[in-house]
Amino acid sequence: MSVAVIDLEPTADAPPTPDTRAPAIALHGVTKSFGSGDTKINALEDVSLNLPYGELVLLVGPSGCGKTTLISIVAGLLDPTVGEVDVLGQNLTRMGGTRKVNFRGQNIGFVFQQYNLLPALNAMENAAVPLLIAGWPRKKAVEKAARVLESVGLGSRVKSYPNQLSGGQQQRVAIARALVHDPKLLVCDEPTAALDAVSGRTVMGLIRQVAVQPDRAVVVVTHDSRVYDFGDRIVTMSDGRIEGVKVPEPGAKLAADH
Amino acid sequence: MNWVALRMLTGDKTKYLGIVFGVAFAALLMGQQLAIFCGLMRNTTSQIRDVEGADIWVMDPSVQFVDDVKPMNENMLSRVRGVDGVAWAVKLYKGLGQAKQPDGNYQQVILLGLDYDSKDAEGRVVGQPRAERIVVGDWAELSRPDTVFLDEFGWSYMYGIDTPFVRGKTVEINDKRAEIVGLVKCNPTFQTFPIMYTQYKTALNYTPPQPKQLSFVLVKAQDGVSAEQVCANIEERTGLVAKTNDQFFWMTIGYYMVRTGIPINFGITVMLGFVVGCAIAGQTFYLFTIENLKQFGSLKAMGVSNRRLIRMILLQALVVGVIGYGIGIGGAAGFGVVFEKFVKGSPPAFYFGWQIPLITAVAVLLIITASALLSMKKVLFLEAGVVFR
Repeated sequence: MSVAVIDLEPTADAPPTPDTRAPAIALHGVTKSFGSGDTKINALEDVSLNLPYGELVLLVGPSGCGKTTLISIVAGLLDPTVGEVDVLGQNLTRMGGTRKVNFRGQNIGFVFQQYNLLPALNAMENAAVPLLIAGWPRKKAVEKAARVLESVGLGSRVKSYPNQLSGGQQQRVAIARALVHDPKLLVCDEPTAALDAVSGRTVMGLIRQVAVQPDRAVVVVTHDSRVYDFGDRIVTMSDGRIEGVKVPEPGAKLAADH
Repeated sequence: MNWVALRMLTGDKTKYLGIVFGVAFAALLMGQQLAIFCGLMRNTTSQIRDVEGADIWVMDPSVQFVDDVKPMNENMLSRVRGVDGVAWAVKLYKGLGQAKQPDGNYQQVILLGLDYDSKDAEGRVVGQPRAERIVVGDWAELSRPDTVFLDEFGWSYMYGIDTPFVRGKTVEINDKRAEIVGLVKCNPTFQTFPIMYTQYKTALNYTPPQPKQLSFVLVKAQDGVSAEQVCANIEERTGLVAKTNDQFFWMTIGYYMVRTGIPINFGITVMLGFVVGCAIAGQTFYLFTIENLKQFGSLKAMGVSNRRLIRMILLQALVVGVIGYGIGIGGAAGFGVVFEKFVKGSPPAFYFGWQIPLITAVAVLLIITASALLSMKKVLFLEAGVVFR
């Protein structure tokens, strides 16, 4: 199917537009350790990284290299053991628990590998969840969610339940959910892993459309080499460290080397 | 997010109904067993409640409960009458007689002999049932010798549930003739024996002669003097034990609670109901949470705080608690209605006072709180990053 234009209305109480000259994400000497003593392991080792706005960044690497830990720290779900993290101009490391939860709810959208839709809610109700979390009245939230679903090509399936949708359709609902509250950062964990090639490229195309916005950033963790050509920047990780950052030439494909 | 919480709960119909069933079962079992237990305990005090008009029961010091009659000398009546604060005092006979059945067998009956020689301030016989309790017959006929009023259940017990009442039917009590002149409603007794009201002297006639015959002295306190004070005065002046209606009520129940296995057995059943309810509701609620852990993790990642998650889980627990409680306690109450309506001829031991739903509600609250806490622990300590795995 052709990718529809996603027309998101800014929410009346959306956070102020960040300074897009600064990096969207900045990690300074971040180390994340788990366990202690003999069982201590460093999932991330002295990671420093700057990612700009308006780009789709692919985070690639073998299993266990620290990709999930990195995006968990970027999303404020984990705290680094050492180092500092700035996201959208805010220092997450020094942010208290409640502020961080609110920051995440307002500014970050998530797309999970297994979609993680609520089975008891239909498509538009699922897509409306971030707005309900923000305190929107249910009717208004569901109406906006229905419009966003229309933008991702699911206008005729708004009342379908997750078990009535294909994998690709469920992931599009998840993308609508991630975008409905107009976040400035989209974090996607293996969004195409459970999809076939055609559905995967459709989903990446949708995600790509969001990253084109000058005041938004997208980070995608992926093993899928078929989607490397969607990335503006590819960060390769290994053993908790950044191995390299490549900006692919237009039309070039990089083979997965893991 | 309350709406999301409720949709998550009701979306999984199997688990939702399982939790409601667990709570309903617990409420039904606890409510019903408590009601039967309280009914049985109340039945032990039925004569205290049936003998109307007096404030105080005076008895031999060794009496332990209302059926534990230790006869006293009749001169105790005069001694009690002379105590400060006593408005009036009358005799009461309470004992057992053997009534001959139509088939030749004998049936023990409770004899209540009321003092017709002394009346209360309004000129009524003390212990006489109020008019609403008289089913058929004229109470004034008890003034005639050898007449008795029988309780309703007693008639069914002795002559069959479908046998219509025949005024003037005679019965032999300890080989002495008695004429049944009416039926009266009485509270069911613990022993299920029929109850016969008669005159004090008639009751003595039906029982073997003994040196001491006086069972109890019934007393009314003077206006402005508390019954408890009069009890204290009687005990001090006479050496007898004096109890108000309430005190005697609880003294009798206390005896059965301590001396019989009834409370333990019912207590075990009530505890079982509670434990089973906890197990079913708790386990199902926990399973529901485990199966939705990724969804809860996603909600955490999307910005739902721990406090909000707690509220969501508590709301889910409250909803299943209220619905389960309503079904269960309604079923327990319905049991009593069905029992009373369809089990004829058998006095119901079922007391469904406000205390029963209240105690059951507290127990249900504990069940759902425990279930919610078990689930909460899993969700609150869930790392939001787990949804990325």
